Amino acid sequence: MLCDVCHKNIATVHLTEIINEKVVEMHICQECAKLKAEELKEQLSISDLLGGLVGMGPIEKEEKALHCPSCHLTYGEFKKKGRLGCGKCYATFKVQLLPLLKNIHGSTHHTGKAPFVKEKKKSREETMKGLRNRLQRAIHLEEYEEAARLRDEIKNLERKDK
Amino acid sequence: MFEEFLNNQDSWLNGRGPSAEIVFSSRIRLARNFDEYPFTSRAASQQREAILQKISGLYPKVRRLKKSLFISMEKVSDLDKQFLLERHLVSQEHISTLKGKGLIVSGDENVAIMVNEEDHLRMQVIMSGFNLEGCWEILDEIDDELSKMVSFAFGASLGYLTACPTNVGTGLRASCMLHLPALVLTKRINKILELLAKVSFTTRGLFGEGTQALGNFFQISNQVSLGLSERELIENLSGVVNQLVSQEIDARNTLLKKYKISTEDNVWRALGILRSSRLISTSEALNHLSLLSLGLDLGIIKGTCVFGSKQTRELLNSLFILIQPAHLQKIEGKALKEEERDYIRAAILREKLRDGRE
Repeated sequence: MLCDVCHKNIATVHLTEIINEKVVEMHICQECAKLKAEELKEQLSISDLLGGLVGMGPIEKEEKALHCPSCHLTYGEFKKKGRLGCGKCYATFKVQLLPLLKNIHGSTHHTGKAPFVKEKKKSREETMKGLRNRLQRAIHLEEYEEAARLRDEIKNLERKDK
Repeated sequence: MFEEFLNNQDSWLNGRGPSAEIVFSSRIRLARNFDEYPFTSRAASQQREAILQKISGLYPKVRRLKKSLFISMEKVSDLDKQFLLERHLVSQEHISTLKGKGLIVSGDENVAIMVNEEDHLRMQVIMSGFNLEGCWEILDEIDDELSKMVSFAFGASLGYLTACPTNVGTGLRASCMLHLPALVLTKRINKILELLAKVSFTTRGLFGEGTQALGNFFQISNQVSLGLSERELIENLSGVVNQLVSQEIDARNTLLKKYKISTEDNVWRALGILRSSRLISTSEALNHLSLLSLGLDLGIIKGTCVFGSKQTRELLNSLFILIQPAHLQKIEGKALKEEERDYIRAAILREKLRDGRE
């Protein structure tokens, strides 16, 4: 029988793996078996990694009992499973979560999009501020044509807001 | 159920799109949760049912989802679940027996929303070739429309709140499925995978989390979801993918220059086995198809001589999925044991790659 991996050498190693709850048999040669062994060592899942991160220090007794007022998930349960119970958990476990988030993402502050309603309000304020700044600059540089255009744009936006 | 998907010409499997000879597909997903319910694993079964009800009423109002299928996962047979998994429309997690799970799929299969996976909504757009921008454009629009109708769990500083802290912030995971046979053959791949991990990119196999790199396919995705905007995350991944594509092209040139004869040997042997075997496993077939694909790209074998058609890339890319276990059973219209599958897989491959063409 030829090796399932390289299809050149004779298979001398017979492996049984469980993939998706199914038993899969593999017949491979000595050479490919060595590579495979290294591959298995390298496999490390996200939850292992996360578990490692959360488990940085020993868990304090009072921390373990800390629980979310909304979904009643305890901090101990979170450490065990690596999953939070609801949105409020983020506020409840904030002190414990922030260093973890810093570790995973290198940041603790969202800079991406926001739900439509909130975003629209925010972005309009920001646009106005930006426009006013540009208007000031245009006046300062005596670019009156540009300044007039910006003034009209601001007026238009203000009218829409009413 | 789902038989029509087998003949879907518009799906992400069609092998069209930019750089499709190396970048098989591009995918972006967003994780979202409704504000008023606990996350899926913490929700009672009535709550999960309510979530399913809620989204079933909402999705027809979203422009791109109007003609989508809505399916309760409880009604899907085990074979069909596997079929959906092979088409990358659901995750391994989503075909577990937990009640209240649902799936929304657009007719062209480009959009899929898993309901009550780890998060209430896992919305994905998947396209063939290297097209992350195209994916984001559609997904962003769907997300905007939904967020006008519902309130998502969102915090001002942490962004979108998700069950797992690895997804918080944007809730975004972008990935590309890359076919990198030359980097594997020249043994440069391990070094590259190490480097990728160092700069916060995850590598997985053909079928996502926990799967191996079969058929020289590697799925590269961002690890970070917080602190960078959606566009930045997508641009970063695009940058890495561009790098990998040029590394692969470089390795292909090396193969042609330094290892021409052994590469030709590998490719022709692969075609020989695909054209003559009577029993072939999925992994064996994937590995040979991978070499055949490389041979076509390098001009070692002419596409017309293998397929008798000019749409070589389309046919080849679709073969990678057609030979998967659940796909074979859908094509045959019945359940098949492993050995029967190996037999039918070999027969399909012999037929599709028939010899004696010009």
